[in-house]
Amino acid sequence: MSEAAVHDDHHDHKPTGIGRWLFSTNHKDIGTMYLVFSLIMFFIGGAMAMVIRAELFQPGLQFVDPGFFNQMTTIHALVMIFGALMPAGVGLANWLIPMMIGAPDMALPRMNNMSFWILPFAFTLLLSTLFMDGGGPAGGWTMYPPLVLQLGDGFPFLIFTVHFLGISSIMGAINIIATVFNMRAPGMTYMRLPLFVWTWIITAFLLIAAMPVFAGAVTMLLTDKYFATSFFNAAGGGDPVMFQHVFWFFGHPEVYILILPAFGIVSQILPTFARKPLFGYASMVYATAAIAFLSFFVWAHHMFTVGMPLAGELYFMYATMSIAVPTGVKIFNWMATMWKGSMTFETPMLFSLGFIFLFTIGGFTGLMMGVTPVDFQYHDTYFIVAHFHYVLVPGAIFAVMGGVYYWLPKWTGHMYNEKLGKWHFWLSAITVNILFFPQHFLGLAGMPRRIPDYSVQFADWNMVSSIGGFAFGLSQLVFVVVIVQCVRGGQKATDQVWEGAHGLEFTLPSPPPFHSFTTPPQVTEATAHS
Amino acid sequence: MFVKSLRNIIRGAVPMVLLLWSTVVSADWALNLREGVTQISHEVYDLHMIILWVVTIIGIIVFGIMAWSIVHHRKSKGAVLAQFHHSTVAEITWTIIPILILIVIAVPATKTLVLMEQTGDAEMTLKVTGYQWKWKYDYMDEDLSFFSSLGKASNEARQLNSGIDPASVDNYLIEVDKPVVLPTNTKIRILTTANDVIHSWWVPDLGWKRDAIPGFINDNWTYIEETGTYRGKCAELCGKDHGFMPIVVEAVSPEDYRTWIAETKQAQADALANSDREWAQDELMTHGEEIYNSACAACHLADGQGVPGAFPALDGSAIATGSVDGHMDIVLKGKAGTAMQAFGQQLSDADLAAVITYERNSWSNATGDVVQPADVKAAR
Repeated sequence: MSEAAVHDDHHDHKPTGIGRWLFSTNHKDIGTMYLVFSLIMFFIGGAMAMVIRAELFQPGLQFVDPGFFNQMTTIHALVMIFGALMPAGVGLANWLIPMMIGAPDMALPRMNNMSFWILPFAFTLLLSTLFMDGGGPAGGWTMYPPLVLQLGDGFPFLIFTVHFLGISSIMGAINIIATVFNMRAPGMTYMRLPLFVWTWIITAFLLIAAMPVFAGAVTMLLTDKYFATSFFNAAGGGDPVMFQHVFWFFGHPEVYILILPAFGIVSQILPTFARKPLFGYASMVYATAAIAFLSFFVWAHHMFTVGMPLAGELYFMYATMSIAVPTGVKIFNWMATMWKGSMTFETPMLFSLGFIFLFTIGGFTGLMMGVTPVDFQYHDTYFIVAHFHYVLVPGAIFAVMGGVYYWLPKWTGHMYNEKLGKWHFWLSAITVNILFFPQHFLGLAGMPRRIPDYSVQFADWNMVSSIGGFAFGLSQLVFVVVIVQCVRGGQKATDQVWEGAHGLEFTLPSPPPFHSFTTPPQVTEATAHS
Repeated sequence: MFVKSLRNIIRGAVPMVLLLWSTVVSADWALNLREGVTQISHEVYDLHMIILWVVTIIGIIVFGIMAWSIVHHRKSKGAVLAQFHHSTVAEITWTIIPILILIVIAVPATKTLVLMEQTGDAEMTLKVTGYQWKWKYDYMDEDLSFFSSLGKASNEARQLNSGIDPASVDNYLIEVDKPVVLPTNTKIRILTTANDVIHSWWVPDLGWKRDAIPGFINDNWTYIEETGTYRGKCAELCGKDHGFMPIVVEAVSPEDYRTWIAETKQAQADALANSDREWAQDELMTHGEEIYNSACAACHLADGQGVPGAFPALDGSAIATGSVDGHMDIVLKGKAGTAMQAFGQQLSDADLAAVITYERNSWSNATGDVVQPADVKAAR
């Protein structure tokens, strides 16, 4: 193995200058660009969240008018989902999948370049709407008509942003599927694939199935606004609720597009630091597939309050509750992986444990909201805001951060500053709870979501939440410091990086050569430690 | 003298203490769902508590095991490594047990849901229509309807940098000009729909919310068990002032409800009779300013400047300084595809005459036109 790697070094001619990045077809460089882009968008979306929390710090309007507040909540969501989380997942996939399956690169490198470079243009379109007459989109990221149709000049920009993002994601997904199906090293059978690769194959299929639906829905919005169609206009014989059905048929799988790669990352990290193989590998694969499959049959639980027939409400309640079973299997498998291990608690492990604890809290509230009659109370309140932030922030984002800490030494060849990393984890883990836990109370007490101002009985918990929000935002600066330090230098990382690490990427040098596995490795049961 | 001032102090102090008390009470650190005042809301609350306890107990077990494992199975404690990675029995167990727990939750949930959908045999019907950004209530059996919007004091205090402390306003953002009055101990069918975009009618104490969707009529029911004032809000994002269209339900005894219906209908008839006459320009301007601030200023702003790209300015606009008929037409019928509503359905002839007169003679607009209720009636 190391012989092959050394051999690679001889052919390690990197292109230089700006062209290296603009025209890159190298999975490592493209992965890096995705991750850097994601980090930038994380801070842009985060800045918007700070505006939101500043306005909600106390009752009364102090900083922004209600119209701008709505633009902030809408664009915060779009930026975080499509600009921060999804590109982070694709970035990790780009970096890791070829190295994990023993392939020299992605199957379709030029398409890989295009799918990344669409993103900066898409977000330029989206963010430019903030400077237009009528402002940016303010009807919520869910873009429900008829409200979204009231948007001014920014409307077509919003729609084309979605189209661009969809094209980018679909190309990324095709690439991942083509890579894994065709470029696995000899002996790397499907049931020997690392779980991160498995979760990404399943995610890729979700993307290909869901994104075109979204593109179709927003195209119907576009023709409703400019070409006098009435898909969603009741006065013209259309149906505003149909948009919600179509949107959530995309939107629910989208939730799993965000979380499944996170499950994969945690399933890589836990066995490393427990020094014990992943418990129930096969059941993890099947549970992931089951969650993905079920995700297409539960969409209407996002819209219980639109007034569906009783039979529909009952069906979507039962179907939604059933997702708790495969999700539970995953949590129990992770617990069994830790059980009787020999654990150490480096930063990636801390983030993974934080993920399991806090994602589970989000799972519990998810179960509560699946129960239709009670959801009539929870729906569109801060309870749901707390729920989805628990699954996405200390859920998906913690997993991505854990993944970055886990593989950063592999990518850069240097160990990061462990002390600062731990500070980052503990600051984040504490402040994220101060930020989001009180929002459960606010929602139960009756505070609706997406409001710029509130009656005074909600003042106390909003202030606590805002303080948590500012502290969480500041804590993320530590992350940037750690990454910059680690890229610039530091203690030399070994090839294996972590004592308990397994998998093909850890057989390569740290940092890996520009072109790795130009000669495919031979994988055996012993080396394929999933 | 002393007695009198003492009495004044006491008179002043009682509301003061009450006010302080109310801020203390209202600024509570509330944690849990409200129990509410209807049969449905009690069932929903009980269901909420059942699930909350179920997940809390599961959470304690799961987190407990993880915590134990983290404490004891750590390398620094010299944990001896096991290499097991599979157990069919364990995996079947932790698949079956959650399924059983889910069934235990699903049974009462199904019962409550079925009950919530029993909208038949109601004794009266209230239709709720969402508008940007107010509610209209139609008492379907009474030929009575009115709009209900954010209370004046709240509306002043909620402006950006108004300088008014929200805590000094009674029921800040949860007070309306005209509350919807409903009888207790009566099965009331509540229909929700909307005029422009999707809204959602939600009074937590009634135990549910339901979207108000243009072109759709959703039906629901309630049976309020206790008299009192119950406050709620629009729960579906409906544009700029989504946060400023509260709901106030006054539940009174069926006898008081009958009295209120009679009085309100009489008051509406009187107002109508009084408005059907020639108005003086001053009168129109004063009344017009009131109407403008409650119906128009949310978009076109109090100074008539609007918001570029979203809401056109009225100050110097072609419509507000052009022909009177064109101006009346757009105010009465609205403009399709924009947020401009058809105010013909919302305001009386006198209100419309006043507000149009006001718009044509305010800011830099000086057409000198006076529009009378009779003109509006003719233009309808």
